[in-house]
Amino acid sequence: MASALANKDVSAVDLANEHFARIEEVDGEVHAFLYLDKEGALSQAKSVDEKRAAGEKLGPLAGVPLALKDVMAQKGIPTTCGSKILEGWRPPYDATVVTRLKDAGIVILGKTNMDEFAMGSSTENSAYGPTHNPWDLTRIPGGSGGGSSASLAAFEAPLAIGTDTGGSIRQPAAVTGTVGVKPTYGAVSRYGLVAFSSSLDQAGPCARTVLDAALLHEVIAGHDGKDSSSINAPVPAVVAAAKKLDVKGMKIGVIKELGGEGFQKGVSERFNEALEELVKAGAEIVEVSCPNFEYALAAYYLIAPSEASSNLARFDSMRYGLRVGDDGSRGAEEVMSLTRQAGFGKEVKRRIILGTYALSSGYYDAYYGSAQRVRTLIMRDYEAAFAKADVLVSPTAPTTAFKIGEKADDPVAMYLNDIATIPVNMAGIGGMSLPCGLAPEDGLPVGFQIMSPAMKDDLMYQVGGTLEAALNAKWGSTLISQAPALGAK
Amino acid sequence: MALNYDGVIEKYEPTLGLEVHVELNTNTKMFCGCATAFGAEPNTQTCPVCLGLPGSLPVVNEVAIESAIRIGLALNCSIAPFSRFARKNYFYPDMPKDFQISQYDEPICVDGFLDVEIDTDEGVKTFRVEIERVHMEEDTGKSLHVGGSTGRIHGAEYSLLDYNRAGIPLMEIVTKMIPGTEKYAPQVARAYVTELRDILRSLGVSDVKMEQGSLRCDANVSLSPRGSGKLGTRSETKNVNSLRSVERAIHGEMIRQGNLLENGERIIQETRHFLEESGETRPGRSKETAEDYRYFQEPDLVPVAPDATWIEEIRASLPERPSVRRKRLQVEWAVPDKEMTAMINAELLDTVEATVKLGADPTKARTWWLGEISRVANEKEVEATSLMNPAQVAEIILLVSSGELTDKLARAVVEGVIAGEGSPRDVIEKRGLKVVSDDSALMAAIEAAIATQPDTAQRVRDGNIPAAGALIGAVMKATGGQADAARVRELLLQHLGQ
Amino acid sequence: MAAISRDEVAHLARLARIEMSSDELDHLASELDQILHAVDRVQEAAKDDVPPTSHPLPLKNVTRPDVVVPSLTPQDALSGAPASDEQRFKVPQILGDAE
Repeated sequence: MASALANKDVSAVDLANEHFARIEEVDGEVHAFLYLDKEGALSQAKSVDEKRAAGEKLGPLAGVPLALKDVMAQKGIPTTCGSKILEGWRPPYDATVVTRLKDAGIVILGKTNMDEFAMGSSTENSAYGPTHNPWDLTRIPGGSGGGSSASLAAFEAPLAIGTDTGGSIRQPAAVTGTVGVKPTYGAVSRYGLVAFSSSLDQAGPCARTVLDAALLHEVIAGHDGKDSSSINAPVPAVVAAAKKLDVKGMKIGVIKELGGEGFQKGVSERFNEALEELVKAGAEIVEVSCPNFEYALAAYYLIAPSEASSNLARFDSMRYGLRVGDDGSRGAEEVMSLTRQAGFGKEVKRRIILGTYALSSGYYDAYYGSAQRVRTLIMRDYEAAFAKADVLVSPTAPTTAFKIGEKADDPVAMYLNDIATIPVNMAGIGGMSLPCGLAPEDGLPVGFQIMSPAMKDDLMYQVGGTLEAALNAKWGSTLISQAPALGAK
Repeated sequence: MALNYDGVIEKYEPTLGLEVHVELNTNTKMFCGCATAFGAEPNTQTCPVCLGLPGSLPVVNEVAIESAIRIGLALNCSIAPFSRFARKNYFYPDMPKDFQISQYDEPICVDGFLDVEIDTDEGVKTFRVEIERVHMEEDTGKSLHVGGSTGRIHGAEYSLLDYNRAGIPLMEIVTKMIPGTEKYAPQVARAYVTELRDILRSLGVSDVKMEQGSLRCDANVSLSPRGSGKLGTRSETKNVNSLRSVERAIHGEMIRQGNLLENGERIIQETRHFLEESGETRPGRSKETAEDYRYFQEPDLVPVAPDATWIEEIRASLPERPSVRRKRLQVEWAVPDKEMTAMINAELLDTVEATVKLGADPTKARTWWLGEISRVANEKEVEATSLMNPAQVAEIILLVSSGELTDKLARAVVEGVIAGEGSPRDVIEKRGLKVVSDDSALMAAIEAAIATQPDTAQRVRDGNIPAAGALIGAVMKATGGQADAARVRELLLQHLGQ
Repeated sequence: MAAISRDEVAHLARLARIEMSSDELDHLASELDQILHAVDRVQEAAKDDVPPTSHPLPLKNVTRPDVVVPSLTPQDALSGAPASDEQRFKVPQILGDAE
């Protein structure tokens, strides 16, 4: 697409309109988008076309359309984070990621659906209704970034931005047969990313191919003075790595604890077949053990809600967002409480209360304090594992896409979806999911997760790109081309 | 029978605690680049960060860190090699994020002290106030309460919020519990805040104006029955807006608590509000449940680990401590203790020093400023420094010492300058106040005086020197007081053969 | 044995400023109970000799210079306000003194 644009075979405006037409065709069923910015997108597209016509040198992705997860602040555009409490809120500023996208000439089509405040694994917690998996509209597209991944799988956009706190980019990518990357923590600026769990959140590129994700990665990553947790080092050469198509001599570590029991049979099967492809390509498989990973889920469900309970306190109706009950007879505190009751969904409230509990006096050491120690143990496990292997791998999620409503009433069961993705966020390293086949039981996509050491994101692109090429060669086509066409013929 | 202060002290020992918040005078806020200039239109100095908009992130002001270290070093603290920010979580509309970024168990400065001097029955005593910590935090927005009968917060219909001040850098300086102050607790408190203020001013980190809120003091005090060995329950008093109020608040609280205890009542641990007019305190809003701040490390900020070399550089660049400076000046100028204290209490030390630096004799400078000029200032209810400046005073003193003015004439010049007649030279011109020192002119006046008082003159010739006084007086009168009296005496006696 | 009681949940809801119905409190108490039992295991894993990690990155001393940067216009600052007056955010009456 980018080369087509570069060669002026197609204009950015036409490309944008084509995508808007496609969205119109299928989004009634998929519901990936919460807001479409036709005016802004076409204006940007026009500007790109004019610059190209004038002979200006443009970035590789100039004119390419993109879907933006609704958790990122985009100036003047409704940003809801999938919540009622921010319905209609238009930020007066752009997130750094958004500024970089605009500067690169990328055409932002609109904002995508998500679990409310990024809390969830199925996008069923959105206050605006769930998104449907294009592979099977009765199923979840994953979460919290289900809208972004679904838009890719439904060919509504070729690129998307997601955010990942416990797997919210990778797990949706896995169940929709697309590529999703969570860069090393600090690689991409969090300024303008509405915070869920500050020490875990990271924005990342989503696409249908590893190379596309790499191109997008290079646009958004890099130091930002407005984010104190931003890495001050050059962005690794991920595009070059994605093109390398060579893993000879690399050691691929399979994490014993992230597989086996608890993982759907078909998922494990496809995962192992993918491993064989890597061996054929010249890599060596080693088994590694990360014994503390069994505590990762529990620690995550203490750290994330704790930070969230504090991050979400600002939604008190005083300065922006929903305000309920202000009829002149009530004080500020009461209006705050009524607003938060009405504006937050069940999962968000559950996590706020859990987080408030974990931080409260008397419980801090037992819960939040202990969880932070488990974090150290997980980082040590990774350190030991990376001493033995260049990258580590696992299936991205234990199952393929489940039915909408199937796990909605069982929070603990829902949390288990993130069992393989959470350790990556806890340690702050990089993680990628790419498709490795359809599960034989149900014909639904399976994701292969690659983890690379902190600040070495290029390694996961190198292995990912190689694996993708090998699998495509094996299948004779890309996996995503097998997705249901959707919409009118 | 209600106990008075002395009665309370007889039965109870006070323990003091002081928390001081200092607003830094940095150009920008603690965590964002918004301006800090005072008096701007509402909500014109805000941004996503200090408004706490979703997605915003804090970035620490480098000067704030340096200021914190300077303050800590000036207070003899250890600078933590590693300190972190923490979130203090509570809901209040003037707090944009509904948490305040502060420091909790890892503050930047710890374990310091400040020695203060107070006047006791046994003379001047030095008291060491131990300092627990100095830490960095951000200020809140300001609320205006509208409606209700008094416009005070209770009974207001709604509130209007201005976030210009939200995010202004604050340093919090907390003392350890201060025992053993006995009946001097109020004075120790005042002396501590005064000395602290002077140090902060000399460091240039804040304009430390209590009336404007750039220096805020919360005073804590508890009473313990003598001999009980048990610490009492303390109260915290806010809204203490002047040095005098610090003293009065502690004094008032001690009386209140003492009387409650005498009646067998318990002291409630609470926050109280100081009332200027009466010198008493009233309870703040009582909370049903104590607030649980759920402190945890601020995940959006990274630790502060100041380089040891840098800390030493800062230490070397600290200005002379005010107390050291005072002692030095006292010795240099040979000022007795009482006069020194008077000068300090009148807040004229800097002014006198400025005058001395322009060449004036220290004792004369002190005498003028604390004497005549202060007298007029008190009458007019203004600051002495608003009436005259050091340059003018220095000039006058030099004119006297060079003989161009007598002390009496100088007083008239001062009067003229204060009255707005211009500079000292202008006043001398306009009023014709120059000393007559021309010998021939003086001789003429002397001879005239002798002529009108021949008997007195004869007495002097005969050896009665004191009698010369009448003749000198006559000469002074004839010259309108502008004759150099000493010279007149000299010439007269000489003339009369003495 | 319940890890968390209904009263505790009510207290937490107050701390978090979320108005909750009686039913909600009961329901939440039992859900949280389940979750807490599941997360209890972190205590067995983490011994005191393991230092806590609050940050995955070894960054420190990130600061910015004390230089003024343009602020938002007051219109932008107030753009999301549910109510405003005299260029200030208008909020319901605040009861009690500030901290």
